[in-house]
Amino acid sequence: MNAIIISALFGVIMMFCSWGVKSASTQKNVALIGLIVLILANLSQQNGWYVLDIDTKGMLSFSRFGLYANLLLFMLTLLYTWINGDEIAKVGNNAGDYYALFFFILCGVSILTSFDNLIMLFIGIEILSIPLYILTGADKKNLFSNEAALKYFLMGSFSTGILLLGITLIYGATGSFHLTAPVINASTGLAKEQFLLSGGLLLIFAAMNFKVSAAPFHFWTPDVYDGAPTVFTSFMATIVKAAAFIAFFTVFETQAKALGYSWGIILPIVIILTLLVGNITAVFQRSVKRMLAYSSIAQAGFMLFALYGKSEFATEGILLYAVVYSLATIGVFAVLVKMKEHSFEAFNGLGKSQPMIAFTTTIFLCSLAGIPITGGFFAKYYMLNALYVSGAGLWLLITAILFAAISVFYYFKLIQAMYFSAGEPAMNEIDKTYQYKLLLIAIILLVIGVLPSVLFNYLYF
Amino acid sequence: MLLFTLLIPFIAAIILLFIKNSKAANIAAISFSAFTLSIVLCIVFTKTTNIDLAWLPQLNSRFLLQADGLAKILLLLTAISFPAILIATAHNQLKNKHIFLSLMLFTQTGLTGVFLAGDALLFYFFWELALIPVYFLCSIWGGEKRIAVTFKFFIYTFLGSLFMLIGIILLYTNTPDHSFAIESFKHATLTSAQQMTAFVLFFIAFAIKMPIFPLHTWQPDAYEQSPTAVTMVLSAVMVKMGLYGVIRWLLPLFPAAAKTASVFIIDISVVGVLYASFIAIRQDDMKRLIAYSSIAHIGLMSAALFTQNEIGMQGVLVQLFSHGINVLGLWIVADIIEQQTGTRSMKHLGGLAKKQPTLAILFIGFALANIALPLTNAFVGEFLMFNSLFQFNPWVALAAGISIVVAAIYTLNMVQKVAYGEVSEMTSTMQAPNKYAQAVLIVLLIVVFFTGIYPQPLFNLTADTLQNLFC
Repeated sequence: MNAIIISALFGVIMMFCSWGVKSASTQKNVALIGLIVLILANLSQQNGWYVLDIDTKGMLSFSRFGLYANLLLFMLTLLYTWINGDEIAKVGNNAGDYYALFFFILCGVSILTSFDNLIMLFIGIEILSIPLYILTGADKKNLFSNEAALKYFLMGSFSTGILLLGITLIYGATGSFHLTAPVINASTGLAKEQFLLSGGLLLIFAAMNFKVSAAPFHFWTPDVYDGAPTVFTSFMATIVKAAAFIAFFTVFETQAKALGYSWGIILPIVIILTLLVGNITAVFQRSVKRMLAYSSIAQAGFMLFALYGKSEFATEGILLYAVVYSLATIGVFAVLVKMKEHSFEAFNGLGKSQPMIAFTTTIFLCSLAGIPITGGFFAKYYMLNALYVSGAGLWLLITAILFAAISVFYYFKLIQAMYFSAGEPAMNEIDKTYQYKLLLIAIILLVIGVLPSVLFNYLYF
Repeated sequence: MLLFTLLIPFIAAIILLFIKNSKAANIAAISFSAFTLSIVLCIVFTKTTNIDLAWLPQLNSRFLLQADGLAKILLLLTAISFPAILIATAHNQLKNKHIFLSLMLFTQTGLTGVFLAGDALLFYFFWELALIPVYFLCSIWGGEKRIAVTFKFFIYTFLGSLFMLIGIILLYTNTPDHSFAIESFKHATLTSAQQMTAFVLFFIAFAIKMPIFPLHTWQPDAYEQSPTAVTMVLSAVMVKMGLYGVIRWLLPLFPAAAKTASVFIIDISVVGVLYASFIAIRQDDMKRLIAYSSIAHIGLMSAALFTQNEIGMQGVLVQLFSHGINVLGLWIVADIIEQQTGTRSMKHLGGLAKKQPTLAILFIGFALANIALPLTNAFVGEFLMFNSLFQFNPWVALAAGISIVVAAIYTLNMVQKVAYGEVSEMTSTMQAPNKYAQAVLIVLLIVVFFTGIYPQPLFNLTADTLQNLFC
């Protein structure tokens, strides 16, 4: 509750700040303070202290998991803003507006981690999405950015419509918006109004797949990620996506049972399609930004494993995966933002001229590829284990690792460009502090890679 | 003690990143690796205690290091190889030498970890850790086609280890106490179908690493294109990871499945032995010849392993060490020749015995060991291995036996072309021999003949592993 109130409040404050304060660095600092306050507010709720103790009538429920997810996502936003503050100021006219939108997105995030009612899911998704449409089109004079925003808006609202239809059908079946586990008749194996219920769930499934950009609902992703200003792509691909996944996870953790054995058919199909489309298409990209867009589709395929069935590995794994993937992606995008162009050739010779940047980028890419001693390894490990524990066949795991091996191909293409191809990298000036910020992300990834338990301890105490 | 064998190379690798002067870096790297060797010698000759630290409490995975005879003999091989390689190649000119050396020592850390880990997740961790520095070493300092070749090697082994990871997940989920320790893995309750699946998953990883025919295609290219120091690491120590994996994990964990699969695996191993031997005859490049000969030797070891009898196992345990020493010696000779003449092509070489008699004698010594002549260390291992193959099936032993004859053909052919004949144009440009490299060769040759004449210390060292496997 604290987080929802404070984030909305700071959204408004930032709007006034963008009107009253003209200096971009002051705006950034206000935003950073806001994020710290937000983190503290969330921490205090985790320890049982509320700003306002409102009875939500069961609309929201604040679980340990949800609050902890909040905390992690807020910290990621803090890190993101701290690193990318200057780049945000370079987009458009007034950075304050964007910070305001960030806070509104975070408000949506905190609803999505704590909803207990499908109406709140809908509201959360909307609060999350609308600022994103604006951020995508933030580079007003760039046609690609405009196109991306329009495309995103049209397709996004369509998918929200589908979500709403799904919710309606479920209401028709159960007479309630609450996320309670469906009652299944033991003799028939069906729930009450099975047809309506599964129809509704499938529609929600489709809409959520759209939000997390899983195939076959991924078509907007490359264009939108490519067209949007690079700093905002970084935000979209990480924190927003992670929040959408947590919502996705929460819905189907309780509801998947209603789909019965067909869940075990639908989900693998979507997983394999997502891995296939993401990985295979990424191999053929010539622009790093588009490659990362497809890689984010591929990574979504891995995160979908958590939905297969309930287990400790799934709950811990989805948080770990979200954090590790976000950290690495924020890092890669933070480097990409400094490039003059986005082709692979632009990175040629980076290892020689900017050893520190090249080294940190290597860590990020290794983490995305899931190589040990970076966090990505344990993220993938947890997901694979979750899949196996919840009863998926070994063939699904083997398919997954085949695609993981393919992913090495395109991530390492960038490493090869940096270290093994001679050339002058097309890179803007980078100051020392920026390098240390990147190094910090790399170190966090390495720490998680050796001791992933640091992330989970809080879930249990 | 065991922890130091990991920590010293690791810390040294980090320190080396900051020593820009290549001469100082050389000295530092050599002295750190020599220091590691001295500690390993202590471990080999004394009783050691296991290291058991908490690592991942949620997963119940522990930082468990343990050393039995098998681990000790490979630890010894690793610890001998690295200083030998670093001394022998100290004079090779490379840019950014300090980073090269640092990556070498990271590799040593990974390899040592693989041989000591008693916990499956930790094993997997080190298994990958040994690979990553090698990827960079080969891609940065390798030959002309290095990038594509190294990438093939990397993807091959990475995919293999992912298969192993699934095998680990399968076993871990079925252990009674949900733990990664090798002891719990032995008590996992698996149906016979599951056991077979897990066996295949593990075996793919190990077979790629060894490599066994038909998964060997990465190897000759990778050996040829890598900088020689790395080739030495790859062929002397790294391929042993696959064999080690079979002895430590595969055979004890899945005895029934191993019995079922043994005929098939022995057959493909022997096919691989013959195939590699015959290809070796046709090679003109010294590096490629040694690479194929190495595939043949490893294939023989893999065949002997799966006969699962005590004699064969003893032979393999000794041969793990001997093959490492022999192939290291051959590589060092090949490297000296290449550094001084600028070619590896045997067509252009000749007359080494006239130009540099000492080097030629050393070369012939290692060549004889490569053929496994009596008195050399390889004879001991190969004799025992053929013995076990004969007990398994005489026809298989006969087929594999052809490889001995072929080995003599290609090795002696190499000796003839390189060491004897007229002094060729290339050979005539050779400078005075590198004293340090020759000293290393002499030491290695002493080891070759000592363990060939009196192999008992090696038998004693590995006695406990044999006992665990067969009693």
